[in-house]
Amino acid sequence: MAERSFHKEVQQLTIEQGETFRGEGILAITKALLENGVGYVAGYQGSPISHLMDVLADAQEILAELGVHFEASASEATAAATLAASVHYPIRGAVTFKSTVGTNVASDALANLASGGVTGGALIIVGEDYGEGSSIMQERSHAFAMKSSIWLLDPRPDLPSIVKAVGDGFKLSEASNSPVMLQVRIRSCHLLGEFTAGQNKRPETTVKDALENPQRDYNRIVLPPSSFLHEQEKVSKRLPAAVDYIRENKLNEFFGPAESRVGIVCQGGMYNAVIRALQRLGLANVCGDSDIALYVLNVTYPLVDDEFLEFANSRASVLVVEEGHPEYIEQALRAMLHKNGSATRLSGKGTFPVAGELTGQVMLDSLRQYLLENAPDLMPPQARSPNAPQPEVDAALAQALPARPPGFCIGCPERPIFAATKMVESELGPHHIASDIGCHLFSINAPFDIGATTMGYGLGPASASAFNDNAANRRSISFLGDGGFWHNGLTSSIGNAVFNNNDGVIIIVDNYYSAATGGQDILSSRASNQSKSTNHTIKEAVQGMGVQWVRQIDRTYDVGKVQATLREALTTEQTGPKVIIASSECMLNRQRRLKPLVAESLSEGKRVARTRFGVDEDICTGDHACIRLSGCPSLSVKTLDDPLRDDPVASIDNNCVGCGNCGEVADAAVLCPSFYQADVISNPGWLERTASQLRARLITALQNRRDKRRLVFDETALDL
Amino acid sequence: MRQPLTSDLNLNTAAIPNASHTSTDTSAAILKIAIHAVGGQGGGVLANWISDLATSGGYAVQMTSVAGVAQRTGATIYYIEMAQQTDRAPVFALTPSPGDVDILIAAELMEAGRAVVRGFVTPDRTTLIASSHRILAVDEKTQPGDGRADSPLVYKKVKQASHKVVCFDMEAIASRAGSMISASLFGALARSGDLPFATELFEQVIRNSGRGVDASIDAFRGALNYDEGVTLVRFDNPPGLDGGSAKSLVQPVGPARLLDQWQRLTAQIKTMPEPVHHVVTVALQKVVDYQDIAYGQQYLENLQQFVDLETGEDNYELLKTAAKYLANAMCYDDIVRVADLKTRASRNRRLRREQEAGADQIVHVTEYFHPGAQEVCGTLPAGIGRRIEGSPRMYKLLDKLVNKGRRLRTDSASGFLALWIASSLKPIRRKLLRHQVEEKHVQKLIHVSLAAAERSVPLAIEILKCQRLVKGYSDTHARGHSKYQMIIDSLDTIEQQANAVACLSHLRETAVKDESGELLEVEIKALAER
Repeated sequence: MAERSFHKEVQQLTIEQGETFRGEGILAITKALLENGVGYVAGYQGSPISHLMDVLADAQEILAELGVHFEASASEATAAATLAASVHYPIRGAVTFKSTVGTNVASDALANLASGGVTGGALIIVGEDYGEGSSIMQERSHAFAMKSSIWLLDPRPDLPSIVKAVGDGFKLSEASNSPVMLQVRIRSCHLLGEFTAGQNKRPETTVKDALENPQRDYNRIVLPPSSFLHEQEKVSKRLPAAVDYIRENKLNEFFGPAESRVGIVCQGGMYNAVIRALQRLGLANVCGDSDIALYVLNVTYPLVDDEFLEFANSRASVLVVEEGHPEYIEQALRAMLHKNGSATRLSGKGTFPVAGELTGQVMLDSLRQYLLENAPDLMPPQARSPNAPQPEVDAALAQALPARPPGFCIGCPERPIFAATKMVESELGPHHIASDIGCHLFSINAPFDIGATTMGYGLGPASASAFNDNAANRRSISFLGDGGFWHNGLTSSIGNAVFNNNDGVIIIVDNYYSAATGGQDILSSRASNQSKSTNHTIKEAVQGMGVQWVRQIDRTYDVGKVQATLREALTTEQTGPKVIIASSECMLNRQRRLKPLVAESLSEGKRVARTRFGVDEDICTGDHACIRLSGCPSLSVKTLDDPLRDDPVASIDNNCVGCGNCGEVADAAVLCPSFYQADVISNPGWLERTASQLRARLITALQNRRDKRRLVFDETALDL
Repeated sequence: MRQPLTSDLNLNTAAIPNASHTSTDTSAAILKIAIHAVGGQGGGVLANWISDLATSGGYAVQMTSVAGVAQRTGATIYYIEMAQQTDRAPVFALTPSPGDVDILIAAELMEAGRAVVRGFVTPDRTTLIASSHRILAVDEKTQPGDGRADSPLVYKKVKQASHKVVCFDMEAIASRAGSMISASLFGALARSGDLPFATELFEQVIRNSGRGVDASIDAFRGALNYDEGVTLVRFDNPPGLDGGSAKSLVQPVGPARLLDQWQRLTAQIKTMPEPVHHVVTVALQKVVDYQDIAYGQQYLENLQQFVDLETGEDNYELLKTAAKYLANAMCYDDIVRVADLKTRASRNRRLRREQEAGADQIVHVTEYFHPGAQEVCGTLPAGIGRRIEGSPRMYKLLDKLVNKGRRLRTDSASGFLALWIASSLKPIRRKLLRHQVEEKHVQKLIHVSLAAAERSVPLAIEILKCQRLVKGYSDTHARGHSKYQMIIDSLDTIEQQANAVACLSHLRETAVKDESGELLEVEIKALAER
């Protein structure tokens, strides 16, 4: 069960033709797939398209009614390979994943798919994770499209354009027998907007039809000699067909006056940012009517030579707006101008920064600079010389602000694992620690500061492979999440460690979900999932792989146990990989699962226990060692109204979910006795109530006895 | 419509003309709203409400958000653009640009500061709607001592940086209403009057959203009608030696005999200079509460040595500092104190209040203890304790016996009794090993600081403040004490420095921040070699 539910939103997928659809980009894309008669959809979650997978999962009934097959793939490679269904059969298929990391994983299948080509439309929807909000390295998907002859759509970032691009993509794919990649940027995925809905269509050929009528075409199979033919076919047949289709169907767009000395060529995805800069310069109105000619590339690969040359040749200069590095589009356009002996000057990188996101400010500054150099007369005087002082950053303010990196959630079961690791390191000394992709990567931030590298999803232990020397008297530690384990880790990390007799310690962080991407189910999820097979244990898989030393910890909050297990793994005589599986449910998902159940029990008057932790403020001395082993958002500090105190004391707010980490850490690290656990019981039974009253009576009697013999300074009386 | 709803808003509108857009900027017809929040605060709910509001108000709207890891407790941004509906769709931007934001909503004070630094708040046009409360970042919390950012400074700066400000503690308003901060921020947005929609429409949007409506409306109205004149923005600042007034107001309750003795003790305070009465009263309370009247008397006698000091200048600061740190040194953290505090009726009350436990609810309380041999030895009669400490074999054996985590249910008879018995050692505390050690420490502190005061009162004050380093339990206490000792042992070297007072103060601050004490050692060594 995913973190965010779209059960309500997916009802919009069934609205009638002509009605207005209102929703997020991911939902609009799903609707567009249905309107275009898609036959199957697959993918692997990851920001920014995680929610696209969640929408599809929540829309399974609607998909099934239309005869559309949906699959949550094991990895992006699986997703890409799924498109093989469109090789011989006229079925439209779509897959989705985040890019470039997902595209990297998928590239083997994508290259093979693109070599043989497709019969049915094959659409790869990539969430381009670039710029602010991105969680991965900064690269472009563009290179994959170019190297594999996959056509790349980068539509204008509004819902009607994105929805149209889905249809265009299928048709372009079919017209050119090539897969098509549809690129949606971070914000387009979570863009709330509207478009006019079309009619949902059943696929003309379903996967069932194909299964029952198998076909094969030897020429489409990637093996010499066919593969040599494919290499020729890509440029002799498919590329021209694609270019023709793009030109004839006007997939790229022209805006602004036909006659203008300067022009702007931009990626579709950059259109709104360009228009905003022009609006601010007084060169476009609110609706985007521009005084400068624009050539908008809704298809960024392949480029249409004559279209561009026609646009460029009539102008003295053009500016290319291209986000990311290297500047593939700019290079191609320069080559076109050069080959044609054109006199048109071209600006691009240089006017724009070479790398990085084209933010609003970068766009404004770069466009202004370009226009000042090439067409100052077109600019209103105020835009030409704004005469406004450059805004200054207040250094004192900037200095005062604390950084706020992402970290573990309240009650996260991964926190105690890293607390234990930190404690073991303080006993046995620092170790080389390899990290992986997933929530557990937050260990690299304060307060844990654990982990040296992250090499890819499921590759944590693989990235410690070289650190395998029997003569060394210290072992490496590597982390791997359950998501990464099933994605790639089982073979690339565990299998490799077994095969190579790696002596290191591997900690598999099992939180029952693919948590970082939004809590999707995976093979080892404990939930029963109607459409998926779950409850396959990691332990059995690891043992099946041949690992001899395996320890399963079923409650990660037992810091002492995690600590002891890790210590044992690091010091045992046994050779070969030592695998610790540390399992506890993701707290975010657990809370989401339990909250309605608790509310229901309470409303029915049933007994409910709610656990939270607290700090006795007069026992806490304000050392904050507990926080240095926790970092929990609900464990904070507060100032006491006491002139005798210097330091703020620890304090737990009411968002505490009672995971127990602070108490366990205080115990295991022998910190202090300030933490207490409070289980508040609602609707207790009569037996429990009576016992409690008896106990309270005894305690009160003892307290009164003592209070009669001493002075009581009771501050709590003041607070009331 | 862009008029404040109430006239008494605490607005920073003076002198800055609203010359927001250059006349060339056609996007001025678009209203641009950015929301800066901390992951998990419900920024998305607020963004959706604003979008729904725009739609119901006949505006074209676009909202974008950044998903991904930032949602996990990191800083997040939502962005909304709206323009009056026409027959053609406007072209909206997907991200806010510096200098181009009309309304900036910050769900936390430092996020407001971050928005200012990023240029999303500018004095020519931006209305800043910010909650003044703090969600501490990890780096602020992990520091030993007080590592919190300077809230008053940031508050002042963000007010200066904006055209108009609506800033108060909206988290408190939401929390009182049992709702989320998104609701009170929405109320503050209505309050600003910067959106062309009636208050009723705001409320309608909340109602239509369906969940927790009543609480949300309460929080919404709480912020809408908040009286800034009555409740000033407050920050969590240390009260200072003359502050913490509530503490000095506590009147003890108890048998007449003890109350009488207490009166006699407090009468002694009256003989001291008036400016120190407050802190000495609070300190005396602490000492008597910690042990008994006799211990209070001993405290006053210790302090009297500072009162009697002939320094030829007024030494209130020295007296106040001595009053504070002598009390702290005398009230050391031991098993008896922990057991005493955890078995009090007042603790019960505070715990139930903190846990929001109703009268018909039962609270189970589990304490997390992990005593070590050293603490147990300290709680033994001095002679026995010393013998065990002196014999490695016996010490090891004792450690093996006691050194493990213990969970005690103090709402149960057996658990409570265990602590009760430990706290019953209080009358004989003076005979225990730990007391003898600490008593020596107190006398040394008095001796060293009094001697220093003869030479320099400011130096004596700095020495007393070093007591701040000595606190906590087990290893924490040992580390703190060793840092304290390191500084005291190098007093000769420090006094040879040109600015001994500043040098000592610097060393102490270093020691506070330096958990292991390694840096302190390096600095002291460097000082000696200078």
